[in-house]
Amino acid sequence: MSALLQQDEASQLLDAAIRGELPDSRGRFGPFGGRYVPETLVPAFERLEEGVKEHLHDESFQAEYRKELREWVGRPTALTFAPRLSEAWGAEVWLKREDLAHTGAHKINNAIGQALLAKRLGAERVIAETGAGQHGVASAAACARVGLPCTVYMGAVDIERQAPNVDRMHRLGAECVAVESGDKTLRAAIDEALRTWVTDPNGIYYLLGSAVGAHPYPYLVRELQSVIGEESRQQMLDQAGALPDAAFACVGGGSNAIGLFYPLLGDDIELIGVEAGGTGSGLGQNAATLATGTPGVLQGSYTMILQDDDGQVQETHSISAGLDYSGVGPEHALLQATGRVKYISAEDDEALEALEELCAAEGILTALETSHAFAAAKQYAKENPGSKILIGNSGRGDKDMPTLTKYPARIRTHASA
Amino acid sequence: MPAHERIATAIRAANEAGRPGLVPFVTAGYPSPDTFVETLQAVAEVGDVVELGIPFSDPMADGMTIQRSSFEALQKGVSLKWIFDQLESAKDELDTPLVMMSYLNPLLAFGYDELAERALETGVCGFIVPDLPFEESDDIRAALEARGLGLIQLVTPATPDDRLETLCDASRGFVYAVTITGITGGDVGLPADLTDYLDKVSDISRIPVCAGFGIREAQDVANVGAHAAGAIVGSALVEVLEKGEDPRPFLRALLGA
Repeated sequence: MSALLQQDEASQLLDAAIRGELPDSRGRFGPFGGRYVPETLVPAFERLEEGVKEHLHDESFQAEYRKELREWVGRPTALTFAPRLSEAWGAEVWLKREDLAHTGAHKINNAIGQALLAKRLGAERVIAETGAGQHGVASAAACARVGLPCTVYMGAVDIERQAPNVDRMHRLGAECVAVESGDKTLRAAIDEALRTWVTDPNGIYYLLGSAVGAHPYPYLVRELQSVIGEESRQQMLDQAGALPDAAFACVGGGSNAIGLFYPLLGDDIELIGVEAGGTGSGLGQNAATLATGTPGVLQGSYTMILQDDDGQVQETHSISAGLDYSGVGPEHALLQATGRVKYISAEDDEALEALEELCAAEGILTALETSHAFAAAKQYAKENPGSKILIGNSGRGDKDMPTLTKYPARIRTHASA
Repeated sequence: MPAHERIATAIRAANEAGRPGLVPFVTAGYPSPDTFVETLQAVAEVGDVVELGIPFSDPMADGMTIQRSSFEALQKGVSLKWIFDQLESAKDELDTPLVMMSYLNPLLAFGYDELAERALETGVCGFIVPDLPFEESDDIRAALEARGLGLIQLVTPATPDDRLETLCDASRGFVYAVTITGITGGDVGLPADLTDYLDKVSDISRIPVCAGFGIREAQDVANVGAHAAGAIVGSALVEVLEKGEDPRPFLRALLGA
């Protein structure tokens, strides 16, 4: 239990979250969230909020969205039993295969939903930010699908470590703009997208890729990603015969984690979010926002952030670009403060080791982001033998090959030695 | 008189002297922390009110010039606490009203009550918080107004009329009328329908209206000065400071003097 909330307040807020009453009318998840944006963007955010209210749960929008998920994204994605990993860990391990979704990660669920919304709102063009490049690729593909031009802002540092995704965006018809300002990663890319949005708030639709930022984005992205948890819940009942004891997801901004966790909040399941522990616990060595951050306002939202005593936002480190962010979605801040979800971290080395183990055991090359969830789940299995574990396998690791080639494949080396 | 009234009074005094009020913006501690007080005094010599930018790691409403100056000041160790200490030491030689322009998070980290205390002690009369819309501003407004300090609201050409009234009514010191839909430092020139917009804001507001964003030359100051009480000059001044030049001739030239 966090000191940020009194115990009775925490349990009331958690009940409200489970009943689907959050965010409230001011875009708040308890104390977290809200809308901290420049006056120049206030009308744009109000229009977006109106648009979300009008269309998101409208029958014809939902029918169109569900059809695209089924026929273009390839949903439902499989729930895969992992027999060899289960044997090695002494637990029953199930994987929700978002890596099998079109473009290779969960990001597409949100991208196609918002692209359809942009179309309905009469946008002339779409802008997006990207960290690992997965959201950039998903946005490029979704915009091509609905016939809207797309510009993706990407930090110069990320462009270098995620080169294959940059090329994919270009081929899908999007323009990719290198962001040289700020920390040159995801945070700078979001700032640059916001600066661009200000110049034409009527013509531009900003397709934000994670459950972060000002209201209504954390809500909108959660609604579009909840398909992960809804499918997982049913598939566990159908295939495993029961709900899991614990569910794991990696957390950067937190869109795949909120998508998996939100439909499971009311169930008796331990929910564990895994952040990037980087190279250690010092400020600047990791991106473990919930584990080591403090409350503050970053990029539109009151949430947990990595900052110094003067309120300056700190740069982060993670081997995975998709987790390399100084903030986190405000709903995760609430779920942590209420004690409903536990947030822990895995370091770079642990993630790399988990990635190799999964490759060798199950023939799945998972993303470096996702590998953090595997590292934490392995530890849990050790402490809870025989338990049923669900892991959100949020994306595929092909995009990480430039990073992975820098590290020797340890398991194979051991086997041949 | 409450501190925020010093701001309006200074701008009205300029108007009574037959010219628009001039509000120069400087990033605190830029180009060098060593010359901060000196730079501030030079700028205050010509400006009627000085806007002091508090460096922040994520200046999302600013263009490249102010981003660059902000990062450089941060790298040289400038913090809000340091700025207050400097102002404290210089307050006897500075009688120009100051307003601070800061993103919300450094103010939140500092604590609103202590912020208001220190502002009052050091000649800071008001605050501009570019990422704080009116709807989220109750807490800081209460802390500032309890000590007579003002929270200056921004309005834009896209602000609907009913909202414009709310914002003008809530603003203290002056109303900051953003001239273009964009970020600071734009060089697109001022839009043609600007006069109608500034006339409208000036008509609604009971306190002076100052126009900012994209003001770079004497002609810009004269243009907005015909329809608003004052002009704010930011990026163009920071560029002068970047070159290591004395800001006074540049500022005097803006006033056509």
